[in-house]
Amino acid sequence: MTPDDADRLRDLTALRRVRDRIDREYAKPLDVEALARGAHMSAGHLSRQFKLVYGEPPYSYLMTRRIERAMALLRRGDVTVTEACFAVGFQSLGTFSTRFSELVGMSPSAYRRDPGLGPGIPSWLEKQATRPIRNREAAPERDR
Amino acid sequence: MDITINASFLAHLDAEASLAFYRDVLGFEVRKDVGYQDMRWITVGPKGQPDTAIVLTPPAVDPGISEEERKTILDLMAKGSYGGIVLATPDVDSAFAEIESRGADVVQEPIDQPYGIRDCAFRDPAGNMVRLQQSV
Repeated sequence: MTPDDADRLRDLTALRRVRDRIDREYAKPLDVEALARGAHMSAGHLSRQFKLVYGEPPYSYLMTRRIERAMALLRRGDVTVTEACFAVGFQSLGTFSTRFSELVGMSPSAYRRDPGLGPGIPSWLEKQATRPIRNREAAPERDR
Repeated sequence: MDITINASFLAHLDAEASLAFYRDVLGFEVRKDVGYQDMRWITVGPKGQPDTAIVLTPPAVDPGISEEERKTILDLMAKGSYGGIVLATPDVDSAFAEIESRGADVVQEPIDQPYGIRDCAFRDPAGNMVRLQQSV
């Protein structure tokens, strides 16, 4: 292994730690500055490298993670949109609704009413959303 | 036919670090530790389940793997997009507390998933994703 290889692997590992931190602490008031400080990088360097390696910048990954979790909460039916919004780390209902609609293609309240699979479901969710649900028969496609 | 899962492979980058994780953090027993040149294959598994094992293995040592491919595998491991395993336990919250207190890298604290399980996740020292779910 060349010194260049060792440097690259060290950088990749640092980026992995940042992504794992987002996955764990998504509900906390994280920002790119704090993530970069934790990884001993500048915010600009972190954003560029993270996007290069994971396909989206860290802020966008954090938003996706929060919305993904909000979808999981809203699917339960016993969590309100406001509760889901604050539970996943958003400070404002307006920002939450905007981000949610951008990613999911419908508002949080529409999703809560009918989280059934439909056209426009993001591919990263497909695997999770199409998993069998214990003790609940999935409705046939035509009934949705 | 009656087939069980006997062993599967997870790559390690540092045999001692991975051994410490699976033995000291998860509490697995070490069943075999085989060395060849500077490589090590370590068989670990849960106590009381002698028929199920994980073999911690050096990555990409198959001579059929090119230098370029090996580099890709090491990159994928470093960025956390290569190996993983799903484990189960009767009480995921108490297991999480114990594993976290032993210094494991946490990726997800215990949460209820919409598909009917409660789980948490850790990163092993080689970058493998270790998910732990409550058995029902």
